[in-house]
Amino acid sequence: MNPLENIESLAYFAPEILLVIFAAAVIILDLLVKNRESEKVAYLALVGLGCSLVAILITNSILGTNESKNLFFGMIRLDGFAVFFKVLLLLATAATILFSLRSEELDVRLKGEYYALLLAVTFGMFLMASATNLLMIFIALETVSLTSYILAGFLTHSPRSSEAAFKYITYGAVASGTMLFGLSLIFGMAGTGDLATIGQQLPALLGSGEVTALGVLIAITFILAGIGYKIASVPFHMWSPDVYEGAPIPITAFLSVASKAAGFALFLRFFFSGFGNSEVMQSIDLGLLLAVVSALTMTIGNLAALPQQNVKRLLAYSSIAHGGYLLMGAVLLTNGNAAIVDKGIGAIIFYLIVYFFMNLGAFYVVVLIANEAGSEMIDGYRGLSSRAPLVAGAMAIFLFSLTGIPFLAGFFGKWVLFAAVIEGKLYWLAFVGLLNSVVSLYYYARIVKAMYFETAEDTDRLSFSKGTFALLSVFVVPTIFIGLLNIFYSLSERITLQ
Amino acid sequence: MLLSLMIFVPLLGMIVVLLLPRESEELIKRVALVFTLIPLVLAVYLYITYNQPDLEHLWKQNVPWIETFNIQYHVGIDGLSAILILLTALLGPICVLASWRNIEKGIKAYMALFLLLETGMLGFFAALDLFLFFVFFEMTLLPMYFLIGVWGGPRREYAAIKFFLYTLFGSVLMLVAIIAVYLNSGAPGDRTFDIPTLITLAGTAGHALADPVFQRWIFAGFFIGFAVKVPIFPFHTWLPDAHVEAPTAISVILAGVLLKMGTYGLVRINMDMLPEGMAYFTNGVGFVGNSLALLGFINIVYGSFCALAQTDFKKLVAYSSIGHMGFVILGLAAGNEVGVTGAILQMFNHGVISAMLFLLVGVLYDRAHHREINGFGGLGNRMPIYTGITTLAFMASLGLPGLSGFIGEAFSLLGAYERFQVLTILSTIGIVVGAAYFLWTLQRVFLGTLNPKYEDLPEINRREILTLVPLGILTIVLGIWPHFAIEMFSESVVELTTKIMGTLQASL
Repeated sequence: MNPLENIESLAYFAPEILLVIFAAAVIILDLLVKNRESEKVAYLALVGLGCSLVAILITNSILGTNESKNLFFGMIRLDGFAVFFKVLLLLATAATILFSLRSEELDVRLKGEYYALLLAVTFGMFLMASATNLLMIFIALETVSLTSYILAGFLTHSPRSSEAAFKYITYGAVASGTMLFGLSLIFGMAGTGDLATIGQQLPALLGSGEVTALGVLIAITFILAGIGYKIASVPFHMWSPDVYEGAPIPITAFLSVASKAAGFALFLRFFFSGFGNSEVMQSIDLGLLLAVVSALTMTIGNLAALPQQNVKRLLAYSSIAHGGYLLMGAVLLTNGNAAIVDKGIGAIIFYLIVYFFMNLGAFYVVVLIANEAGSEMIDGYRGLSSRAPLVAGAMAIFLFSLTGIPFLAGFFGKWVLFAAVIEGKLYWLAFVGLLNSVVSLYYYARIVKAMYFETAEDTDRLSFSKGTFALLSVFVVPTIFIGLLNIFYSLSERITLQ
Repeated sequence: MLLSLMIFVPLLGMIVVLLLPRESEELIKRVALVFTLIPLVLAVYLYITYNQPDLEHLWKQNVPWIETFNIQYHVGIDGLSAILILLTALLGPICVLASWRNIEKGIKAYMALFLLLETGMLGFFAALDLFLFFVFFEMTLLPMYFLIGVWGGPRREYAAIKFFLYTLFGSVLMLVAIIAVYLNSGAPGDRTFDIPTLITLAGTAGHALADPVFQRWIFAGFFIGFAVKVPIFPFHTWLPDAHVEAPTAISVILAGVLLKMGTYGLVRINMDMLPEGMAYFTNGVGFVGNSLALLGFINIVYGSFCALAQTDFKKLVAYSSIGHMGFVILGLAAGNEVGVTGAILQMFNHGVISAMLFLLVGVLYDRAHHREINGFGGLGNRMPIYTGITTLAFMASLGLPGLSGFIGEAFSLLGAYERFQVLTILSTIGIVVGAAYFLWTLQRVFLGTLNPKYEDLPEINRREILTLVPLGILTIVLGIWPHFAIEMFSESVVELTTKIMGTLQASL
């Protein structure tokens, strides 16, 4: 299949183009409206996301099922996989904007560029989900990183937020540099930046001895630093608790869901297209490395979450742990059996859908409680069951879903992942993952305990608007029902990489 | 259809309760009572009709659920599940009645959670799809956690999380076993969770599921999951804590039904689906071959001695539960018709008797606000009716012939004696100790001089008697004519034990 040239590609690139146009429009509108009314800016950003979503769906229907197009001379690729991630990322951005509108900590009603940046970061993530060239991968990653740094530091009056942005940028710069080095090593070995070509050439190069397996492994390890930083996997996770704690809550929610999802999209495509060949996988033996990283990520994330008192920080560690669970699916990419590779990808996709709802939902509750009760600490959640029964109930559902208690979606997400891992014969990894689920119950239950078993000094009922409950139910209802319906399983099974 | 109706009526009740205003407490209680009485009525109808072939279709349902993994919503009954469904449905309204006055806050949430719990329990006993079975098994965790944690005693938070963590730990091992069974059940596309199909496959020579080594590992995975629930030593330590802290009705449901979920699972999965695994752990050869019987023995003796040492009335009953569940394990380990019949009978009887005991402890606690056995004395004069019912429950529990507790224990021991003489003889220590602690408690609480503090302790009231009478009648009736229960499951037991004994013979 020949890659499309630049002009032909533009039609398929409409979703991204729309995002950029609206990002510019948001900045212009911000200049025009009076400060107090700049909620309009946020709505314009939402309209932009809506247009982009329509464009994604249109390109998808033109594309047809199981088709794909290489755009811009093979720089990016549009396929079902990319479409899925774009929709997921776009919805995450929309949710973040809605959270931001309700967040009182964030005085963004005064700041239109906040929304422009959110659209820009989404644009970068779209590229991450579809990049098929080493250069493009790096550019996409940098677009996302640079905009994220600013978003994390958006609470200009808060030293914590500035610290978060500074830590984020320092770690980020090191990770990007390391990754760039790895990318150049690969480029030097294969003589091309195109992932598919690398994938075709590597077996021959390895076979002829021109390239050693160790060299490839070293290059991949360097690249893993960049990707691992995005998905916050051990040992590149250190930034995330501080950044998550310091950043505005909506941005924390965004980073923990969208950034992670985009990181996984990139990760899967990069390894599948570039190194997915079973000969390559066998000779470089990446599976064990990934499995160990996965096991460490979930274990360290969960153990570090245990003593946390700040809910944001606790959820930060929890999202590290969930990154570890997701990595179990990624380990399956190294399995020689194509059916199991597909299962792994499907499991990651299904888990991301579930994670999207339960994690964003939990962060939304954190936003609400920070607004109303003025606290991010677990103590601030005391007696919430009597002060705000519906919100407390929703939070309990999100937390137990994150633990993986049956009939909630989180359980089904884990089920799909563990079934795939056991089918891939990684028994020890599945076992570590399951024990981790048990450990995680303890810290999630601490929040539930505060909400339900303890009483607050302050017993006034908290009041929330109807819109709040409507948005909350957008997350609660899927968290209860996703696992019980077949369509999400079949959806995740259909999305594969080619 | 009727079976699904029975399972989901309490869930519907939960929704109704949640929609009622929280101020109308009387209405909430009445609604909850109605929604637990409906399953009871259906269960009675089940008891009448379960063995009529032309009505069989009422009691099963099989519809596809998650097609991607070939998961079905498959429910059905046989004698064993029918008797436990009957027990669950019976204890449901009794627990609602027992919670009528002594739940002081949040009655709405309490009843909603209780109804959710009942759906989980009924669904678990009816599930014939392994995945569904697991979902229902776990579905009981959340309501139980909140019921103990919110409405429990002073150390409720600790007890609730301990219960939750222990059970979750057991169930993740079970989940691994379930996934392994599923993956080995056939080629991709043919895999199934259907329990009857899996049982057939596991008995088909040459099939991956029939491999003895595979079955041993899977047996261990399931066993630990169920052992935490039963609870079997050394996974039992959550039980006394949970019981002591839980409100009365929740203790009743915990001892009456939740513990049976563990032993039911052992019969349904470990024995019926994994006979090779069962044979390996009960063939009487060496330590491993005696392990299941040994665990039963430890439960009996250890539970009984612990009970003897307690001064907290409720803790005593809790430890006695551990001891009595040991007889179930011992009877199941025997694997012969007499032993398994005894074990199942003991499951039902223990459900009834321990429910009575916890209700009785609750009655006393509601009046005196403590449970210290040594703090009472001479209550026999003050509360004669209460004393009478308690004596009946104690006698039933210590295994007095003529009451139901005796039959189950005697059969379990009889069955076990054929296979494990020494352990069975040693297990009878448990009966002696059991008699000792119950009689001693009787003496300390009801005989002697009345503690002046309790001179005007009110007698047991009509509502409380109403909760105890049906259970009391059952202990007497089943003590005299156990066939009312045995005839329900004897056919299933014969089929099961023939298979177990056959596998055992072949493996020796």
